Amino acid sequence: MDLRRFGFILLIIVVLFGAVVLVGRPMSSPVLIVTSMLATTIAVATPLTLGALSGVFCERAGVVNIGIEGMMLAAAFFGWIAAIYSFHIFSFGAGVSITMGVIFAILSGMLMSLLHAVLSITYKVDQIIGGTVINILAIGLTGFLDRQLFFGRGSVFGGQVPHSPGVLPTIHVPITELFSPLCGGLTNCLEVIRAINQVFDQKPVAISAILLVFLAHYVLFYTRWGLRTRAVGEHPKAADTVGINVIKMRYANVLIGGALAGLAGAYFTIESVPSFEPLLTNGRGFISLAAMIFGNWSPIGAWSAALVFGASQALNIKMQLFRDVIPEQWAILQNSYVVGLIPYILTMIILTGIIGRTIPPAADGVPYEK
Amino acid sequence: MQAEAQSGSVIKGFVRSAIAALSIPALAIITAVVLGGVIIVLVNGNPFQAYFGLLQGSFGSARALSETAVWATPYIFAGLAVALAFKGGLFNIGAEGQLALGATSAALIGYALPGWLGYNPPAIIHLPLTIIIGASMGGLWAAIVGFLKAYTGGHEVINTIMMNYIALNSISYLLNDPMKDPNPENVIARTPLIAEGARIAPIFDGLRVHWGFVLALLAAFLVWWMLSKTTVGFEIRTVGVNPDAAKYAGINVKRIIILTMALSGMLAGLAGTFEVTGLNYRHELGFSIGYGFDAIAIALLGKSHPLGVVLAAILFAAMRNGATRMQFLTQLPVDLISMLQAMILLFVAADAIIRYIYRIKAQGERVVLTRGWAG
Repeated sequence: MDLRRFGFILLIIVVLFGAVVLVGRPMSSPVLIVTSMLATTIAVATPLTLGALSGVFCERAGVVNIGIEGMMLAAAFFGWIAAIYSFHIFSFGAGVSITMGVIFAILSGMLMSLLHAVLSITYKVDQIIGGTVINILAIGLTGFLDRQLFFGRGSVFGGQVPHSPGVLPTIHVPITELFSPLCGGLTNCLEVIRAINQVFDQKPVAISAILLVFLAHYVLFYTRWGLRTRAVGEHPKAADTVGINVIKMRYANVLIGGALAGLAGAYFTIESVPSFEPLLTNGRGFISLAAMIFGNWSPIGAWSAALVFGASQALNIKMQLFRDVIPEQWAILQNSYVVGLIPYILTMIILTGIIGRTIPPAADGVPYEK
Repeated sequence: MQAEAQSGSVIKGFVRSAIAALSIPALAIITAVVLGGVIIVLVNGNPFQAYFGLLQGSFGSARALSETAVWATPYIFAGLAVALAFKGGLFNIGAEGQLALGATSAALIGYALPGWLGYNPPAIIHLPLTIIIGASMGGLWAAIVGFLKAYTGGHEVINTIMMNYIALNSISYLLNDPMKDPNPENVIARTPLIAEGARIAPIFDGLRVHWGFVLALLAAFLVWWMLSKTTVGFEIRTVGVNPDAAKYAGINVKRIIILTMALSGMLAGLAGTFEVTGLNYRHELGFSIGYGFDAIAIALLGKSHPLGVVLAAILFAAMRNGATRMQFLTQLPVDLISMLQAMILLFVAADAIIRYIYRIKAQGERVVLTRGWAG
């Protein structure tokens, strides 16, 4: 990541965090505000991070994937449905049902990406059109089944949406327990440690997203698989000549991308809230793509861009908490419609390339003809 | 003799090319209908009853026909918007936002102008002004994306989607706050009714179909005429096929990209404008959700040809309109239609699948619809 883009990311983060601290000061101490903002940022950046990683794997192998939005939406729906079915119909416990939800979310993400792979690799359909088909198909499929399964004739749920077995639990990292003896009874010090602990106490999908960023970095740049993937995306002809199976590599990477988008879908209905509503992904699949481009098709770069988007979303959430204490001259920050525009406008600024142009893999979006 | 034989072969060639052009969309529709039938059976429905209801609800009476035309009006405009952009090598996913913005600004001019002027302007001024503002706001919104594409290379696919969210968020704000119908009984996010002078009359008494439908057909003809008979149209198509060649031929590619997006956005803006001036007489939050994606499917199904777009728009309108009757007869959710449409789109986009199923040989050059990030 070059200095200009790193500086831009830092600037935006400082501005966003600064705004929250400024507005929230009458209600809470700056340390508490910053840590809770950081915790929210990491949580809401999860689907963006995973979506961007999904894009990195697909595009590093030479397949443009604008269907991530649809893959996420389908995965969010089918994961949620799987959790409900295992809980209510197959009478599994809540824990097993939620796990089933995550597994089915990943599988349905992979199934959607298989369709994308068949369209774009085997049938050589224009990849942007193929991705759009995935997006529209996901909207139609989830909208139809959402209505049909719960309210349709002969529905086993008899016209109402049953309770989902719940959401994934927060994993507690014992920072407070380990470090509080060092404070020696100072309440301020204890408070700070507790606040820092809050940043690390995340849910399983959020934690795995971060681990996957580093795993993806290792796989792409330090393994034979990664080298082959990048070769297939940069110069498929040369890769083919040295005996790499271009078609197989592309299929495999698009499926990996689908699994990652599927996990992102699980974030929405199994980790964040235990419910589904039509169109709930709300453009985050596309914002992921912008994060991927800004991160120059590298996992760690994409992650840092996803954190910027996460922070601008977290700003909106925090502003609603501070509704009553926002000073007159900052009233605009209270307007969730206006603050909600920040990620979209940021995306467009990033795409102009004024903060450093990025270069896609050379064979990105080009079907391979032997 | 020779001339006769030649004209005979020309006619044969035309018929053959027409069949070739129509066969894939027709087979895609048939395949989707059959697969849709299978899905209906899977959810314990009766596909024959469902499709009968669909037909009855869309073409079964004067009222049904009128409602199909009502649905078709925005579909034709929005479908033309996407198709025109395709011709210029641009993928406009932003019809949704452009349409909503057109509708919002048309509604604003429609209800607020008398208050600003202090008197009721005559319809001859008020209505055209409303339409012009609605169209130009849609055009301006899309032109921004065209400008970014031309001068920075920012990809129009992501930018139009971002502009969609920006438009829809802003409109949510406007309709919930400054533009909200102040009537104390109103709890909905919607504008006040527009003035009489800004309304378009229905064509027949007692039916909702309005002159906007006729204007939509006229727009389809104009788009065809512009693309195939004018210099600008030629330039748009050339840029669409090969921007490098267009540049060497002396065409101002940047200008054409911006112009194409602006025209496309204007058509989408008109789709929203006529929903306000001809049908609802106000803009209400959420009424236009999904039109943008339907428009993409319509443009692809119509192979980006204006006549094809009109036919595809009428098909989609018939499905949307007949869906209520279908739901009444079979208790199948209306959303089934979205599935059917997605499958039609899938088979049209992936015509290789249709060719494989029906053993049709590919012919001619592939049409380039979009380009990757680098383009």
